[in-house]
Amino acid sequence: MSKFLKLIAGTALASSLIAAPALAEKMGLGRTALPEEVAAWDLDVAPDGTGLPVGSGDALVGEEVFAEACAICHGDFAEGVDNWPKLAGGADTLDHDDPLKTVGSYWPYLSTTWDYVNRSMPFGNAQSLTPDEVYAIVAYILYSNDLIEDDFVLSNETFLDVEMPNAGGFILDDRETSEAHFWKAEPCMADCKDTVEITMRAAVLDVTPDEEGAEEAAAPAAAEAAVVAEAAAPAEEAAPVVEEPVAVAAIDADLAKKGEKVFKKCKACHQVGEKAKNKTGPVLNGIINRNIASVDGFKYSKPMKALGEEGKTWTPEEMAAFLTKPKKYLKGTKMSFAGLKKEKDIAAVTEYLKTFQE
Amino acid sequence: MTMSFKGKPSRRAFLKGAAAAGGTLASASVAKAAGDPLITEVQEWASATGEGVDATPYGLPIEYESDVVRRNVEWLTADTISSINFTPIHALDGTITPQGCAFERHHSGAIELKKEDYRLMINGLVDQPLVFTYEDLERFPRENRVYFCECAANTGMEWAGAQLNGAQFTHGMIHNMEYSGISLRSLLEEAGLGAAGDLKDKWVYVEGADASSNGRSIPMEKALDDVLVAFKANGEALRKEHGYPVRLVVPGWEGNMWIKWLRRIEVTDQAIESREETSKYTDTLEDGTSRKWTWVMDAKSVVTSPSPQSPIKHGKGPLVITGLAWSGRGAITGVDVSVDGGKNWMPARLGAPGTDKALTRFYLDYNWQGEEMFLQARAKDSSGYVQPSKSELREVRGLNSIYHNNCIQTWWVKANGEAENVEVS
Repeated sequence: MSKFLKLIAGTALASSLIAAPALAEKMGLGRTALPEEVAAWDLDVAPDGTGLPVGSGDALVGEEVFAEACAICHGDFAEGVDNWPKLAGGADTLDHDDPLKTVGSYWPYLSTTWDYVNRSMPFGNAQSLTPDEVYAIVAYILYSNDLIEDDFVLSNETFLDVEMPNAGGFILDDRETSEAHFWKAEPCMADCKDTVEITMRAAVLDVTPDEEGAEEAAAPAAAEAAVVAEAAAPAEEAAPVVEEPVAVAAIDADLAKKGEKVFKKCKACHQVGEKAKNKTGPVLNGIINRNIASVDGFKYSKPMKALGEEGKTWTPEEMAAFLTKPKKYLKGTKMSFAGLKKEKDIAAVTEYLKTFQE
Repeated sequence: MTMSFKGKPSRRAFLKGAAAAGGTLASASVAKAAGDPLITEVQEWASATGEGVDATPYGLPIEYESDVVRRNVEWLTADTISSINFTPIHALDGTITPQGCAFERHHSGAIELKKEDYRLMINGLVDQPLVFTYEDLERFPRENRVYFCECAANTGMEWAGAQLNGAQFTHGMIHNMEYSGISLRSLLEEAGLGAAGDLKDKWVYVEGADASSNGRSIPMEKALDDVLVAFKANGEALRKEHGYPVRLVVPGWEGNMWIKWLRRIEVTDQAIESREETSKYTDTLEDGTSRKWTWVMDAKSVVTSPSPQSPIKHGKGPLVITGLAWSGRGAITGVDVSVDGGKNWMPARLGAPGTDKALTRFYLDYNWQGEEMFLQARAKDSSGYVQPSKSELREVRGLNSIYHNNCIQTWWVKANGEAENVEVS
């Protein structure tokens, strides 16, 4: 009997469901899927390695590929940048408070890592890696977790040799037995406990976001709700707008204001304003009409650096071309953003960025 | 999910007049000396004309309702492209969630996929691998079903303690829609399951067309039972954020399995154990072992009003206490409400009889005398399951589970009508 049948035994799901589906009338709809089509879409890899293509890679090559394709979010050592996932570390923390779950400490099957990197990564440029690159990246992640030596070559043939530390760390859903006491005939209705004391309040560590939508509501109360500043982005405090005499042409304040809203899409990675720092992306103060790839301390992609070395600048026109389709404008850019579809959004965000000219 | 505790205590501005008036608010029932000017004077709207037809070919809610919107919690995730937001359940009534404010969860953003460009492939252990167009799907026999879709992480931020102050944030990763679509079974039968042999240990792997390529393994029993391939919700096309043009509906099971932009269905002889069914959506217990394949969403309920975002503004007297209940194991058979933190319980009235794996609205018509309340709701379902308290859940699962937190929620309603998310003994 299958594992999941046990799980759902006792529910209304009877096994008669799977008894005789084969007799159903065909509708004659759809067409045969061609082998090429199946090959193009059927990419998943199962725990026993089913679905792995031929290929290989080691941690040394992996380190280079990782630095280029992954480190922007996951860090050079797979340690994770900001809130992006950490891929290494956390060994023996699963029974601690706030365990650190990484490929090394938690993931039970190596196939999952290979499959995920191959199909879903890099973020914003998925399915762009060759099988060898995926083997190399996975080898580097394993190496970062001290699970292989640097001379180990990961391939479709050595794949199952790697032992995942938490492979035995999972049990099947056992709620119907371990929580059988939640199925009570009649729960208590009166005098169910002696005392009721507050043991914790949400207001003490208030992490509730303010209600942005309320600002736009007609109710006057909304203005007060907006006053409470979130400790999040320092960029928001700064925004000195127009007051400074700037070298560029006069700023269209309305347009810049619209641009501030558009910029929300950029804020996950870019900061502007007085206290801005390089994050996943570089600081954008003074970006308009500045040399490309010229922010100190930011690690640009090679193609972006090359543009800068050619002496190109971020004119509004170049910026518009870049923001329309970043990956098309510059193959190999680290910016994973898909692009702004509307020209007026690009104009607005450019105008907003102009308010941060240095 | 990493918790960070930033932000200052923020006091919501909703109580403006209420606190000052000490609970005796001026209202339409208190006649002013010269009569209510809204009645005695001719109002602009009663004299001039309003908007003509076609002013808004596709209507949005009136501007006065513009605060009834989805909201996200920025510190939860690194980027809104791979993130979640929350349904404003505190401000809704009934059971159907309008698509425009139904929570979103994407792993690589909401894509725009035209019906003409849509293809659905069935492959693997089938007699004939097939490709369907959108129009092909429309030619299979259709059905209509109402189901809730709840993210397994709903209430996940509350495991370690009371954190977020509002039903939208504690319980808003849920929506409930009427789906029109076809059974997954009919597609599997069209491709033919003879090649799969004994179906008892077979799986169906389903996958989306977006860049996250989110995929989940579903046991064949479930796939042949009530799973739908849906293209309409609440009578109209799915919104892009919910998987336009076609999504999977997996009744009663965690939302991550409801694959959006469904592009591929593969019959397999093993679970694929993708990222979302190993590294995520597994539940770590106190001893460090983790449960997997915890697909079913257990019975759960929450009072949506009064609640932190929906305080009592009308003073003493008649008060409608209302909320939502649901279960992935069947229909809601009853909801009890406590105003004293679970010492005593009163049966609530169901807005309509509970239906299978769908939201049920409950009401308790209460005479509030301005006393403090510790408001709770407790759901019961047709399998005999009773929603547990937070401490009962923690006893079994510890604090690190993240997913499947279906504990009883407590709102501390104060004398001024304001409410706060608390935990009680």
